[in-house]
Amino acid sequence: MDARDVLDLIWVIPTLPALGAVVLLLFGKRIGEPASGWLATGLLGLSFLASLGAFGALQSLPGEERVHEYVWFSWFAGTGGFRVDFGFLADPLSITMILFVTGIATLIHLYAIGYMHGDPRFARFFAYLNLFVASMLVLVLGSSFLVTFMGWEGVGLCSYLLISFWFERNSAAVAGKKAFVTNRVGDFGFMLAMFLIFSELGSLDYTTTLAAAPGLPRGTVTAIALLLFLGAMGKSAQVPLHIWLPDAMEGPTPVSALIHAATMVTAGVFLVCRAHVFFDLGGAANDVVAWIGAITALGAATVAIRQNDIKRVLAYSTLSQLGYMFLAAGVGSYGAAIFHMVTHAFFKALLFLAAGSVIHGMHHEQDMRRMGALRKLMPITAATFIVGWLSIAGVPGLSGFWSKDEILAKAWFSDITGNKVLWLVGIVTALLTAFYMTRQVWLVFLGNARWDAVLPAEGDHGEKLDDVATHHQGHVTEPHESPFTMTFPLLVLCGLSIVGGFLSLPFTDPNLEFLGHWLDPSLEGAGHIEASSFLAGLGLSLVAIAVGLAGIAIGRAMYRRGLPDDLVDPMEPRLGRFAKVLERAWFVDATVARAVSGPVTWFANLLADGVDRKVIDGAVNGTGRAFRELGDGLRQLQTGRVRNYALAIMLGAVALLGWFATRVAWS
Amino acid sequence: MSLAVRASPITTEHYLIVAGLLFTIGAVGLLVRRNTLIMFMCVELMLNAVNLTFVAFAKEMNDAHGQAIVFFTLVVAAAEVAVGLAIIVAIFRRRQGVTADDVDLLKG
Repeated sequence: MDARDVLDLIWVIPTLPALGAVVLLLFGKRIGEPASGWLATGLLGLSFLASLGAFGALQSLPGEERVHEYVWFSWFAGTGGFRVDFGFLADPLSITMILFVTGIATLIHLYAIGYMHGDPRFARFFAYLNLFVASMLVLVLGSSFLVTFMGWEGVGLCSYLLISFWFERNSAAVAGKKAFVTNRVGDFGFMLAMFLIFSELGSLDYTTTLAAAPGLPRGTVTAIALLLFLGAMGKSAQVPLHIWLPDAMEGPTPVSALIHAATMVTAGVFLVCRAHVFFDLGGAANDVVAWIGAITALGAATVAIRQNDIKRVLAYSTLSQLGYMFLAAGVGSYGAAIFHMVTHAFFKALLFLAAGSVIHGMHHEQDMRRMGALRKLMPITAATFIVGWLSIAGVPGLSGFWSKDEILAKAWFSDITGNKVLWLVGIVTALLTAFYMTRQVWLVFLGNARWDAVLPAEGDHGEKLDDVATHHQGHVTEPHESPFTMTFPLLVLCGLSIVGGFLSLPFTDPNLEFLGHWLDPSLEGAGHIEASSFLAGLGLSLVAIAVGLAGIAIGRAMYRRGLPDDLVDPMEPRLGRFAKVLERAWFVDATVARAVSGPVTWFANLLADGVDRKVIDGAVNGTGRAFRELGDGLRQLQTGRVRNYALAIMLGAVALLGWFATRVAWS
Repeated sequence: MSLAVRASPITTEHYLIVAGLLFTIGAVGLLVRRNTLIMFMCVELMLNAVNLTFVAFAKEMNDAHGQAIVFFTLVVAAAEVAVGLAIIVAIFRRRQGVTADDVDLLKG
């Protein structure tokens, strides 16, 4: 079979998990607890194998021919030249995405079998998970903006369903709603971008539009790029549309891992890379992407150092790492963005699943102040988490080091305005990252044991997750290691986090810098950023290593002994008033909440009450009332008396006669 | 003494005048009387007035079509009388009276 024939079977990849979702939604209850989880995991595993096959087929083609479009069926063939095929585009970018999406999602599915054990809606959970992955696969494989958008919306829907999966808890229901609504803001940008692209280029196909984009006026391209980026900001949680992501921690931990590592948040970065032509051409758009990325990276990292919830630290860390990816995309190094996306998927999935394992072992305790010294009780979880920590902190040799180093180097050597400032922001973020991850490791796995410590009163915190934690105050059960289904994915991801960096080493040899060269056909025309000299590159790497190690050293010095008995963070007195600002995430959430509860609610009320109820409803009801009154009036004519009718007929006849008579007379 | 009768021929106009008179009598009767039976007879009067004009014009135009139509009218009138009288009888049985103004159940 020819390689292109194999690639024509690419529709199998999203269909398998979609099938799983349908089967589990219909028959989930009957299939029962462990079986439905294994079914979902198995189908996704097959999908992963199919992705491997697609990868092999694509790689067997010569470099420049590695783009294959497969049209499944004609989706829309409307008037005015509107024609969209439901097709899949197999190129290095989409194949890279599906490989790590299916791979990591399979591991997370396996993990969820253990984690969700005993949940009353076990089968439904796996149906949603499968649907989530299927949507993500449609998103990355789509051959046009519209197919991608369909997956995009599917991902949004599934995130809503999964974040508020434990909807009995009000905070979970609210968090799901918040994620959905915030995402809609981004979707609005994506839709406007699609309208603009179609009206300017008459097509939504990636191959057609990306080839035709250079012919457009510069302003239009910039507008399209910025609107697409608005969509990407919503999905990938960039400032100021990041507010949904920390709250998304309300979902079960496998969902958090899936959202943060493999699906959902990577969609925005993917979109920017997929439509990179618009960003390359549209002058200002690139700067916006880079700066938003940098602001998010630094802002989220500062917040992460003051969080006490084990998952919230990781959530802000994800925001920060996504900022890195956009920083890379903004300076024009899409390869580095994808590279970091892949390595981040490895170590962030690992960190989240290990955190979930801790939560599982601690009987749903999420507050790090009530953990500590778990290393001996949960050896596998602790060991894998520590690998993840070293990786994200940028310890040389591990995956996070290579990808972060590449982004920082590309930022330094790019020709974007303020490239040195962007690099500085990146390096400060790296320092903070190493610090807060070290703090987390010492608070959770090392230091002193504080399992039955009583939390200080929270006051006006407003941290929803604390409510959950306080339910479990005073438990004395021993923490325990998680079952095999949960530790096995940890071990696999641990291995990937160690070796993942070797996908793309910073050397020009195509075998060593595999990913960068592999992605070239998808990122054609993006231009390469090269180090001015080997020594300069090496110098930057050394600075990055030093900064990472410094962050670890500071964290260790501060948290070596864990927390004191009163649970006051040793960092708190040093930050002074600033501690509160960071704890409340720069008050962005509060500001948005105030804006929404104030003028936005007022405006919504105006629209609902004034415009909708009075004008629109009024018009409809008014028409009804007018005809009703007209009918009431005309009803009087219907007397029911036959003589009145006779008179009417007579008068009518006379009138007709008169009319004819006058006509005859005039003619 | 001789009755001085001026021999003048009866022309079509005469027929039409009679027909017009009959029609008017019928129409006025229909409008002013309340007894359904009388009203019904008035309708018949109007019908036959029209028949008369048909016949008169058939003679005037020397065309048999007018007479043929009269036969149609008679047949239809006979059927109508059968139905109409049946309705009147039915109303009478139910209400002990056939005053038209009492029957206004279809008032809007």
